Amino acid sequence: MRTTQPTVDLRTSLASVQLANPVLTASGCAAAGKELGQFFDVADLGGIVTKSIMMRPRSGRATPRMAETPSGMLNSIGLQGPGIDSFIANDLKWLKDNGARTVVSIAGHNTDEFVNLAKRLYNQPIDLLEVNISCPNVESRGQVFACDPLAASRVISAVRRAANPNVPIFAKLTPDVTDIAAIARSVADAGADGISLINTLLGMVIDLDTLRPALGGITGGLSGPAIRPVAVRCVWQVHQAVPHLPLLGMGGIKTGRDALEFILAGACAVSVGTAVFHDPTAPMRIIGELRDELALRGFASLTDAVGFAHKSAAEQDGYFAGLARADAAAIAGER
Amino acid sequence: MTELATPQYKPVQETGEIFDLTRFGEYLQFTVVAPGIAEAYRPGQFVAVAVGGADTSMLLRRSFALYGVKPGGDYAGTIQFVIAAKGKGTRWLFDRRPGDSLDLVGPLGVPFPVPRNGTPAVLVGGGYGTAPLLPMAELLIAADSEVEMIIGAATADRLFGQLPAKRLLGKITVTTDDGSAGQRGWVTDPLPSAIERLGAEIVYACGPMGMLRAVGEVAKAHAIPAQVAVEESMACGIGVCMTCVLPVRGSDGVSRFVRSCVEGPVFDAGRIRWADVGSVPADLFGADGN
Repeated sequence: MRTTQPTVDLRTSLASVQLANPVLTASGCAAAGKELGQFFDVADLGGIVTKSIMMRPRSGRATPRMAETPSGMLNSIGLQGPGIDSFIANDLKWLKDNGARTVVSIAGHNTDEFVNLAKRLYNQPIDLLEVNISCPNVESRGQVFACDPLAASRVISAVRRAANPNVPIFAKLTPDVTDIAAIARSVADAGADGISLINTLLGMVIDLDTLRPALGGITGGLSGPAIRPVAVRCVWQVHQAVPHLPLLGMGGIKTGRDALEFILAGACAVSVGTAVFHDPTAPMRIIGELRDELALRGFASLTDAVGFAHKSAAEQDGYFAGLARADAAAIAGER
Repeated sequence: MTELATPQYKPVQETGEIFDLTRFGEYLQFTVVAPGIAEAYRPGQFVAVAVGGADTSMLLRRSFALYGVKPGGDYAGTIQFVIAAKGKGTRWLFDRRPGDSLDLVGPLGVPFPVPRNGTPAVLVGGGYGTAPLLPMAELLIAADSEVEMIIGAATADRLFGQLPAKRLLGKITVTTDDGSAGQRGWVTDPLPSAIERLGAEIVYACGPMGMLRAVGEVAKAHAIPAQVAVEESMACGIGVCMTCVLPVRGSDGVSRFVRSCVEGPVFDAGRIRWADVGSVPADLFGADGN
């Protein structure tokens, strides 16, 4: 291992979108950025991923909507939101005015709704579309498109045709499937420019006082550090299945060390979700921590670390030896 | 009501040292050095506290109504809040000692609205819900309002704030469900006579949801508003998670799920659709979006 690198180039990209650093918020954990803007400048993040928006205003599910679990939580919000028109007029405008890189997450009941959302956003100031085909908090689990390769690819190819060609689209997948690599290949074939991994896992808590399910929605989505090993595994498997596609990794990231695991498994950038509820400034803190963790391990840039865990020991040694030779040449040049 | 309520100050996150801990019956009162929160605080606002330490498995903050603050002077500003040991997070807080640090976010939420000077008011506190009403009573008295206070709980050891309330007001009314202190019965039993005696024009309340609903009904029967601070479980406290919503009727007549943390915790009791809490009423904004 090399000695400490003073600076690490944190720039990264998600398909054609260049980011100053690889840390974004996760959909559903930052609303549309305004609230977190009270704690830090949203323009300093790699990007804000907004809460999944639908065509019409949506009340979401009944309360209680939340239950704390070991190193995690369950939620059953049910995609509460103002609808696309209000979102564009208020939230998107605020994000643009405040200089944020904006990833808009869209959700629909059917392919037509996804397509209509993509059309509504065609000329809007957005950097990337995240197509949420994996929200577990819908009335029918049959609507979770990302559980079925055919349904997933239908939505993605329709959105790819309808969306602005200059805006990359990322499919957000659920880990609640037998073979996530197969789903990833199907959305890649359908034209996804990248993949977001992972959505929450379907979970449940029984209230031992009432002897009834703790959530109004009965089941909910499990998030937080409890799901991190599952998420890292999914990123690893999908990176192997579609190595050419950029991945946005998420699931229980609380520290820079956690973020680094995702990068090494193959993610080009990461989203911070539930950690924001514990610490509103977590995404900003994680940028600094990730830089330190990369420097400590001798990486010259973030992109060099992407997928590094897939390399053989000899390939890994070759990278660091190459950096050392470059350093030696630079030092010789200075003399 | 339809728009995100804009707080007068931004909340801050700060690490505060526990200055003092005082036990009152079943409750523990914290005094914590937190000058940033103390500076911006208004009665009715709350603080979100991280529990369990750095490597905890408990991710969600616990929210507590602020009992009061001492703004900075010769020493740094302090905040006070009161907790009850309900689950493992609050039990962890019960084990803290003076000198320990807490990670705090605050002040959060919409404060109690302040009426014009001289408005007679009745304040009703249930359990440790009395805590945020004491600084409100102080504020009202400073504004030349006549104030009466009713505090209640299930049992005597679940009462909070009798002594400071008596110091402040001279005389208060106390109720307990079992009669172990004060009058036997609910806080709403002496409320009508207090409103009439004082010619009260507003009621302020904090406590369990059932109590707040009942207070709202008494106030409505007297054709005066009740401003109530609700207790809803929150995952974030800052308005991003959408877990703490209540069905609330807006000034435009449309009911919406609004966040208790940023649009509340203080609401006009007449706007909360108490009977629909825990369900999705059919006429709620966006209910047909499913």
